[in-house]
Amino acid sequence: MSFIEAEHVSFTYDDGTPESVPALRDMTLTIEEREYVAVLGHNGSGKSTFAKLLNLILLPTEGKLSVAGHTVSEEMSEDDVFAVRRQVGMVFQNPDNQMVATTVEEDVAFGPENLGIPHPELAERVSGALECVGMSAFARHAPHQLSGGQKQRVAIAGIIAMMPRCIVFDESTAMLDPVGRSEVMATMEKLNREQGITIIHITHYMEEAARANRIIVINDGELFMDGTPREVFSRAEELRSVGLELTQSGELIHELRLAGMADLPNDCLTEDECVEAILRAYRARNGGAS
Amino acid sequence: MKNNTFGQYFPGNSLLHRMDPRMKLIVTILYIVMIFCAKNVLSFAFLLLLTVFLILISRISVRIVLRSIRPIIFIVLFTVVFNIFLTGGTGEPLAAFWIFEIYREGIVRAILMALRVIILITGTGVLLTYTTSPIALADAIESLLGPLKKIHVPVHEFAMMMTIALRFIPTLIEETDRIMSALKARGADFSNGSIVKRVKALIPILIPLFVSAFKRAEELAVAMECRCYRGGEGRTKLHVLHYRFSDFVWLFFFVLFLVSVFLINAFSPIKIAY
Repeated sequence: MSFIEAEHVSFTYDDGTPESVPALRDMTLTIEEREYVAVLGHNGSGKSTFAKLLNLILLPTEGKLSVAGHTVSEEMSEDDVFAVRRQVGMVFQNPDNQMVATTVEEDVAFGPENLGIPHPELAERVSGALECVGMSAFARHAPHQLSGGQKQRVAIAGIIAMMPRCIVFDESTAMLDPVGRSEVMATMEKLNREQGITIIHITHYMEEAARANRIIVINDGELFMDGTPREVFSRAEELRSVGLELTQSGELIHELRLAGMADLPNDCLTEDECVEAILRAYRARNGGAS
Repeated sequence: MKNNTFGQYFPGNSLLHRMDPRMKLIVTILYIVMIFCAKNVLSFAFLLLLTVFLILISRISVRIVLRSIRPIIFIVLFTVVFNIFLTGGTGEPLAAFWIFEIYREGIVRAILMALRVIILITGTGVLLTYTTSPIALADAIESLLGPLKKIHVPVHEFAMMMTIALRFIPTLIEETDRIMSALKARGADFSNGSIVKRVKALIPILIPLFVSAFKRAEELAVAMECRCYRGGEGRTKLHVLHYRFSDFVWLFFFVLFLVSVFLINAFSPIKIAY
């Protein structure tokens, strides 16, 4: 059984009332453990709704969803709900609005405290989690003394300390400056690589999505594309039709191909790959001279 | 505005700083009881000495402690004036004019009452507010009121609310700064005009502040739920409060002080009292 299995899942806000708004329609997909998945979509596409379904903040109005071996339903016991939440952590957009305590270490301890982790394991988990995100030196700092990226790393530490199998990042980089964003991205990749934690990164930045192993594109509440970054990025026109822009290097290649350089590969992810591809094409044109 | 330390806590490592916050609450209560039980000049002198001693060992600068009197100076003067003029006496009045008569008892009483208010404020200041972080205080209250949980008083929830409020004070101050800057940039004026005008100028600050505070509260609630928060039941704590031997030494001394005040009240050789 996969870690997350969704079969024809739909979600409608205010279901059954005249104001009902369908946010997700007929989503069918599976996510395996240890995957690093980016979920792309423009604003209002339903990607955040999808995230909220994964740790049961919202329950699907239709379809079958199972997370970490638990089938999600209205009749689930509270203990089962918390058993899922314990395994699927969530990091939100605004770093300020997810910190509860007045010092970094107490904030990180909040999750494991709720789980009733006894001493001395509690203190070990807190220091381990802070070390993992590189914030050990700030254990006694107050949240307002930290930068946005640092706060977000503390929020991540707070989730790691609960030892989940999966972490959902709900646009966690959207409010950060470039430095903070790269700090958070690096932490994410490290967790996936070193601890095998499933990462689901909800974003609308192409550059960030390109770093995942798999991209799911959601448009108007429907699954629009699902594949490796290369597969997804090679369908530039379709992406553009749903309001998503390629990365700048992807854009360049795309324009060059349209302008007649059809021999360029259309699945370059990074700037380096793009430079390489253009150089190769250029050399090929000039008969292989230098 | 950003750098304001909220509350009046001054971090330090004095004997008073190191006392367990629960014990501080307890001895503060004993201290207040003492002050209100003091009856004559000698017991007041004893309390004055005790307060000076507490201020000295708190290692908080005397200037800061004295500054805490400033907001209550009006109350002190008020007390003094009323006591001087309205206390009746047995002997000859020291002075008399119109309908007022001043007696020796009135003067003594006025001085003692002023002293009482002043040592109350400075003493509880160094015992509690200056030397205890607000968060330690919240923990202490939760722990001391713990037994009330048995009769369904939401002690944990109350402490959690206090902690969150303390956590968000700097955030909301930052936000206020931002809103004020935004308004100033569009020509708002907060420092001129009549009082009424200035108070009215605050409304456009308060409304967005409230709206965002509610939004924050909602997001925080979801974030807390995601981190498996389900009330105080079955929670462990990272920092558990532990009484140490020195805390009981403090308790012993404060009980001793309280007893001394009663003894001095009863057997004072100097019979000046009110």
